[in-house]
Amino acid sequence: MTESANEVAIRTDRVSRSYQMGDALVHAVDDVTVAIRPKEFVALLGSSGSGKSTLLNLMAGLDRPTSGAIFAHGRNLAEMSSADLAQHRNHTVGMVFQAFNLLPRMTLEENVELPLRLAEVDRDERPSRVREAVERVRLSARLTHRPSELSGGEQQRAALARALVNRPTILLADEPTGNLDSVTGDAILHLLQEINESLGMTIVMVTHDRDRAARYAHRIVTMGDGKLLSDGNKI
Amino acid sequence: MKTRDLTELAARNLREALLRNSLTTLGIAVGVASLVAMLSLGVGLQELANKKLSKSGLFDAVFVSSRANQRGFGRPAQSETATREPAKILDDEARQKIAALPNVVEVYPEIRFPTEIQFEGKPFSTTVAGIPPSAKTEGAFDGMKGNFFSSPDADEAILQIEFAKDLSNQPDSLIGKNLVLRYAERQALPAEPSPKKSDPDKPSANSTDEVTGQSPGFSILPREKTFHIIGIVETEPATSVGSFGRGRLLIPMQVAEILRVAQANDLRGLLRRSSSKQTYESLTVRVKSPSQVKSVEDAIQQMGYGTFSLLDATKSLRLVFAVFDLFLGIFGSLALAVASLGIVNTLVMAILERRREIGILKALGAADRDIRRLFFAEAGVMGLLGGIFGVTLGWLIGTALTFGTNVYLHKRDLPPIDLSSVPWWMVASAIAFSIVVSLAAGIYPASRAAKLNPVEALRYE
Repeated sequence: MTESANEVAIRTDRVSRSYQMGDALVHAVDDVTVAIRPKEFVALLGSSGSGKSTLLNLMAGLDRPTSGAIFAHGRNLAEMSSADLAQHRNHTVGMVFQAFNLLPRMTLEENVELPLRLAEVDRDERPSRVREAVERVRLSARLTHRPSELSGGEQQRAALARALVNRPTILLADEPTGNLDSVTGDAILHLLQEINESLGMTIVMVTHDRDRAARYAHRIVTMGDGKLLSDGNKI
Repeated sequence: MKTRDLTELAARNLREALLRNSLTTLGIAVGVASLVAMLSLGVGLQELANKKLSKSGLFDAVFVSSRANQRGFGRPAQSETATREPAKILDDEARQKIAALPNVVEVYPEIRFPTEIQFEGKPFSTTVAGIPPSAKTEGAFDGMKGNFFSSPDADEAILQIEFAKDLSNQPDSLIGKNLVLRYAERQALPAEPSPKKSDPDKPSANSTDEVTGQSPGFSILPREKTFHIIGIVETEPATSVGSFGRGRLLIPMQVAEILRVAQANDLRGLLRRSSSKQTYESLTVRVKSPSQVKSVEDAIQQMGYGTFSLLDATKSLRLVFAVFDLFLGIFGSLALAVASLGIVNTLVMAILERRREIGILKALGAADRDIRRLFFAEAGVMGLLGGIFGVTLGWLIGTALTFGTNVYLHKRDLPPIDLSSVPWWMVASAIAFSIVVSLAAGIYPASRAAKLNPVEALRYE
């Protein structure tokens, strides 16, 4: 089953992910079908343990579903080799995490360059690509700083620049404001909105903040106990 | 990921845990050093033995006799038919033919005779041996006092130390003095029907050359010749097989030949042949290098003479050293094996420490292969650095051992030796071996890192 890239950016088809925890089988994601259109900004809402992050990881190709299929631009991630999944993570999606996940011993510039190294982008081309991504998140003045020398908001902007540098079509954000105060968090969400609008980038953002989800996202998908509770209603 | 990026990241990771990685690298270096030190000692001793043996003049020599069925060490006896062929005469013509063979340095007979000398009016009996010019490079003359013969036909003599002690309480003072050699000259009789005695005053060198093959005998005349003592030698040089250290008064071979001293085999030769032409019981053929002994030996055998060389003996010597090197190598490798466990340990620790980093790299698009190569590169760099450092260290250990040994030898008035040897192939193969061992040690940690689940790795704090 394939989809045209124009209609759907990423789609899960009755996807499940369960794992063994001691004697119990935990259904982290249970039979979820959801489609995200290109250029859409979707908020994946749910309380902790609802399976939203697991679903995001499945879309990112960091994890494989127990059953079902996930299509990214028409290609089924469930059937990809691990090398192809790595390509998917490198080229098709960009990821932002709650904990920023910058490499502490590298400068901002080096952190942002990392996906370009993995993508084997020509060395001559890299500086301009890095500059472009860093300018977009307005961190040009901090290029040579290490993560420990940056504020939380700056670190998340740096992570965002790193996610954008390989020009992916889909941005997956896992609680991007979870470690930030409300003002800084709003600034990050503004930035995401701007990226969504100016670059036409598809964004899937995991959050437990219903209020913010309603303010910034086009659509809210709610999850609970691994199941899809609601899709498309701004509550 | 491209190799250059991989190398940069690996180097960065190694720098970040500098102390631990340095200690691991040092461990490899010590392992490589022990391997290199052991092997260099083995190779050094082997080279030393080879040098001494080749300088002994035994391994680059072929001994030729008129008999065609000479047996050699470990060489099967030739077929029985060979013994029935008439013995070929080893004369001057044959000597020149052999000398004309390729790779032959010189051909000389064995000249050694017991005789008497006069020194400061007193008689001493001794054995005189003719020494060929090529003997100069032999080990026996290495530590000699005084000089080697100034020319192949100089009337000079070198004394063996024990004989020198017989002559004087202070052997060193003998150099520069003269001694008189008394000997019996063999003089061929003319071919006339009624043989007449040669004129004793006539110089001996002129008379025998005119003698024809018809001459049936010779006479023996007492002669005297003065020699200038120019040197004293510790050991007695071997000029031929079976003549180890039997010459105590050494004179140039060419001079010894001109003397035409009557030797034991002259009588036998007289009975056996009608000719009084100079014949030799045996000849020693000096070859340019031991590797050419075989071809020269074959060529002489083709001419119909019996040959003998110590070539086969060197083969078993090489085997002994190969086994010796192997044992030293195994002991050296043990240290390297322990060092490789250090690599495994360091890299496994690095996986635990860098779990999150591996997760991040995977989230950014690093394939399992990239992670594996990264860890491999780190192991390889540690192996390379450890190898280079270890070779240097091993060389230093070998040099220190040589230095220590030479200090010890110097105290005992012995010549210095090169105890250890680090040839270029050992440097290259030790570094290569170090890298290979390090990479092998990196296999497990690298594949474990590559298989890390990125979701779990990212959750890890």
